[in-house]
Amino acid sequence: MSDTVIRIRNLHKRFGDLHVVKGVDLEVKRGERIAIIGASGSGKSTILRCLNFMEMPSDGTIELDGKMLGTEGRANDGGAARTYSESELCEVRTRVGMVFQQFNLFPHMTVLENVMEGLITVKRTPKEAARSRATEQLAKVGLQDKLHAYPGKLSGGQQQRVAIARALAMDPEVLLFDEPTSSLDPELVGEVLRVIHALAEEGRTMLLVTHELGFAYHFADRVVFIADGIVYETGTADDVLKHPQKERTQAFLARFTERAF
Amino acid sequence: MEYTWDFKVILDSFPLLLRGLVVTIELWILAFAIGLSLGFAVSLARVSSRGWLNGPAIGYVELFRNTPVLVQLIWFYYAFPIVLGAQLSPFTAAALSLTLNTSAYCAEIFRGGIVSIARGQWEGAKAIGMTRAMTMRRVILPQVLKRMLPAFTNRGIELAKVTSLASLLAVNELMYQGRLLSSTYYRPLEILTVVALVYFVLIYPGSYLSARLERRLAARD
Amino acid sequence: MQYQWDFAAVWHHIDMLIVGLIGTVELALVSIVLGVIVGFVVALMRLSHRRALRTPATAFVEFYRNTPPIVHFFWFFYALPIVIGLSFEPFTAAVLALSTQSGAFYAEVFRGGIVSIERGQWEGAKALGMNYRAVLRRVILPQALRRMVAPFVDRSFELTKTTALASSLAYAELLYQAMQVNSITYRPMEVYTTIAIMYFIVLFAASNLMRLVEYRLSRVG
Repeated sequence: MSDTVIRIRNLHKRFGDLHVVKGVDLEVKRGERIAIIGASGSGKSTILRCLNFMEMPSDGTIELDGKMLGTEGRANDGGAARTYSESELCEVRTRVGMVFQQFNLFPHMTVLENVMEGLITVKRTPKEAARSRATEQLAKVGLQDKLHAYPGKLSGGQQQRVAIARALAMDPEVLLFDEPTSSLDPELVGEVLRVIHALAEEGRTMLLVTHELGFAYHFADRVVFIADGIVYETGTADDVLKHPQKERTQAFLARFTERAF
Repeated sequence: MEYTWDFKVILDSFPLLLRGLVVTIELWILAFAIGLSLGFAVSLARVSSRGWLNGPAIGYVELFRNTPVLVQLIWFYYAFPIVLGAQLSPFTAAALSLTLNTSAYCAEIFRGGIVSIARGQWEGAKAIGMTRAMTMRRVILPQVLKRMLPAFTNRGIELAKVTSLASLLAVNELMYQGRLLSSTYYRPLEILTVVALVYFVLIYPGSYLSARLERRLAARD
Repeated sequence: MQYQWDFAAVWHHIDMLIVGLIGTVELALVSIVLGVIVGFVVALMRLSHRRALRTPATAFVEFYRNTPPIVHFFWFFYALPIVIGLSFEPFTAAVLALSTQSGAFYAEVFRGGIVSIERGQWEGAKALGMNYRAVLRRVILPQALRRMVAPFVDRSFELTKTTALASSLAYAELLYQAMQVNSITYRPMEVYTTIAIMYFIVLFAASNLMRLVEYRLSRVG
């Protein structure tokens, strides 16, 4: 198993005429914890969502575990957008998990069923094994008492923790977090960040798009600042958050003057 | 298809179809205008706390909603005159039947709108000294009308379609003219297709506007 | 009132009315079942990524939504036979008209249910590695079906009322049978009031039953 788990080269994403991601290169090493920060509309979420193909790249390549994904597509106006088969995408998504801003739990299933669902339907895990694994993950996020509750009855913080357990149950190589606390009431943010922090201790490879810069500072090995669809500045948490080199980064961080790192 | 379409017959029948269309529109305007106002009155009875108003109102509404429109039309043309002691013209019977039918549906729409307006609106108006009638007129009704506009336009569309049943009472609206012409010219395919198209052209704008209205109102929420 | 009510005359021919009631129920049930099949196919076409499938399906739905049912009945009975050289029994023509009509409305119910499921559900399921079919089967349809129940029931209720139009094709449903009884007894008041009551009882009971079923379904999960 090589050191680099994900390599992105020259990633572009266009939505119609809107060019959101304009050539991003990124290398993610195994066990690394990367925080992706930037203003709204900078393209940071889009970059993350390309990694598990919630968005299809308009151009560029993505390598997972050294293997370049997709096949060469028809070259159109010089761009060489690759094509991806559904089965390949499904397989990638079992290895690259995602936690969403809006949780996206299934309301017609109980908490336990939500966490078991991926194991049973996608990984074809036998029910009993799926049940015990799901229970284990839910205990890990502190929701062992809510196994048979429906998501609608839980608070936002609890729902997000279920979502994390659901992603963890699949045992992904990489975990993506797309602004996991942005939809939560302030007093519920802490419980979710605590869970993410505990995961960090386990040595899992994680990418976190977030506005919580204080958390990012303690969480990340590396911080990536995105502006105008490109990697504007990157470095350790200290480098980027405490001693930003570039003006734009400084301007962005200046908006968070109250933030005590 | 060996069949040869006869387009000339379509051209020839247009004047008569147009006359039918006019009657359709007359029937629609009459039934909708009066039905709407009557429906409002019934809705007031419906939301009233007084049993002697509420009960009959419920009965009225349920009666018209749980029987086929055609049965209502037939009843008002053939049965009602007997109680009345006088014969009604087909148009009058149809207009009467459709008006009452529309009023029952509109009553339900008004009622739904009225109860959906938060209690706070009534209280706010009361607190500045408005009477119930004033509150209804200045505060409640304007909000109800706006909120229930899609439902009312749908009702209008339904009514436009239902006027075609008056043809079975020999009211000389569009469908009746269509059938008459079909049998006169022995060309039901062309005539009925044209009739369908005329109805479509008449009703589709209403549907389209109604859909846009719904989306606009939904977006605002 | 000078009028002498004579329900005995109607009661004497109650067997004819029962035949009509059965005819109504048969027509309704067959049309509902076929309508669901039509609606399912059309809904899939409406949801397709291919415009070649989407456009005709949309035209189909819009046509049926914006034209009166009676036109469809006459068209299938009088016009279509000319095109294809076959003649239809009243029942067949009525079923064709009703099932295509209800199919168009059911298609909207089905499509509406699926489209109403928010994007996040699709994404949450895809993120676990589910393919398109698995997402539909495990996440989307279970939620969508629950939302489709009420509008489906409403539409089926309307269909049942529309069966009365088959009387114009001389199909022996309840209204037609009433017309026959009337031509024997010459008591339109009693006859038509009786069937109005019969329709009311059946439809009112059915709608309340459906409301109970909906309520029970909504409480599960």
